[in-house]
Amino acid sequence: MSQINTQINQTVDLHQILRDANITEVLEQLDLDLVGLAPVKQRIKEIAAFLVVSRARLQLGIESAQPNLHMCFTGNPGTGKTTVAMRMAEMLYRLGYIRKNSVVSVTRDDLVGQYIGHTAPKTKEVLKKAMGGVLFIDEAYYLYRPENERDYGQEAIEILLQVMENNRDDLVVILAGYKDRMDTFFQSNPGMSSRIAHHIDFPDYTTAELLDIATKMVGNMHYQLEEKAFAAMRDYIALRQAQPHFANARSIRNALDRARLRHANRVFDMASEQNVNASITDLSTITEADIHASRVFNQVKKG
Amino acid sequence: MHITQGQFSFLPVLTDAEIRLQIDYAISKGWAVSIEWTDDPHPRNVYWNMWEIPMFEIKDSGAVLLALTACRKACPNAYIKINAFDNTRGVESMTMSFIVNRPTMEPGFRLVRQEGEGRTIRYTTISFSAEMPPGNLCHK
Repeated sequence: MSQINTQINQTVDLHQILRDANITEVLEQLDLDLVGLAPVKQRIKEIAAFLVVSRARLQLGIESAQPNLHMCFTGNPGTGKTTVAMRMAEMLYRLGYIRKNSVVSVTRDDLVGQYIGHTAPKTKEVLKKAMGGVLFIDEAYYLYRPENERDYGQEAIEILLQVMENNRDDLVVILAGYKDRMDTFFQSNPGMSSRIAHHIDFPDYTTAELLDIATKMVGNMHYQLEEKAFAAMRDYIALRQAQPHFANARSIRNALDRARLRHANRVFDMASEQNVNASITDLSTITEADIHASRVFNQVKKG
Repeated sequence: MHITQGQFSFLPVLTDAEIRLQIDYAISKGWAVSIEWTDDPHPRNVYWNMWEIPMFEIKDSGAVLLALTACRKACPNAYIKINAFDNTRGVESMTMSFIVNRPTMEPGFRLVRQEGEGRTIRYTTISFSAEMPPGNLCHK
């Protein structure tokens, strides 16, 4: 009886766990680094709270088993799934749910073999490399190819399922892919769906958010957009969004990379034609012309 | 007969948690861990069967335990040992080796005395398990 009483009276300082793990810092960094994604951030905060509470329960001895931590990130390309996976790994590592802060990122090719008997060793090899950390499977739905019933993907899925179930304290698996395709994947692999505790959906960015991202990216590259270029960028994003194969932040980064290319060309021409030295401002300012030269604007003119 | 060879063999049988700690130590030293099994634990038998390939690039003990579990499942009645190999130039040899699985009944050894010329006697040890039918062997 007295033993039960002492157990009940025991308390755990949640703040201490938070402080020890520096979780607040990770969450703040996440908030700062990633534009938008409000629902995703909310879910991650919830998961963080759950993990901290679960850690506290473990300390008091009311919880013994490792919680199921496998996750699925769905969303269109360029919505930050990989970035969030890295952050998630860091958070899990700081809270002691994984032993090393590592993310092994793989796709179908790394898991599935070319001939009979090739798949199992290949998948196991990847799993061994990922042990103790996070295994991130990008475009996971490619593992299952319903049109070919002899496809070796099924074998990889079975091995994966087994490890996900039996080695929960060794490995956290994060699946990622388009929402609709992942849904079909889960429908045909109910075992996989039930082993995943957290499904997180990444929404597309709005135009304003993309513009925000562009500004951040330009800043990180140590460039600046002049005022007109900023407006041009806004037009560019609005036009690009409407076009097919739009990959959110990734498209923006590619667009900026191309703008940098044109900028370099322009500065180079200017320097050689006018025979002047380029100033720091010249070297770091992206102008309206650099962005307006994009084929996105040309297509609109033609149309 | 509880055979004693390799490290820790005079200690009580290691638990999985203890095995994990030993593997962690080997990995922290940068040694490659491998798993081997045999039916014939004769001390002169240096050729044990490899279970999968040595894990040179593995940085976590979980992976080794995963392989060990698979090996135990396939060969529950075999001797299984874990080795650590130090590939530093000039060393290039095993630095750790310990048994992690034994048959439920360890048959032990038989001593053969061969009477030679004069009063010479030559001794040979033969492991009983080597003479047992192959049903005792691991099925891989």
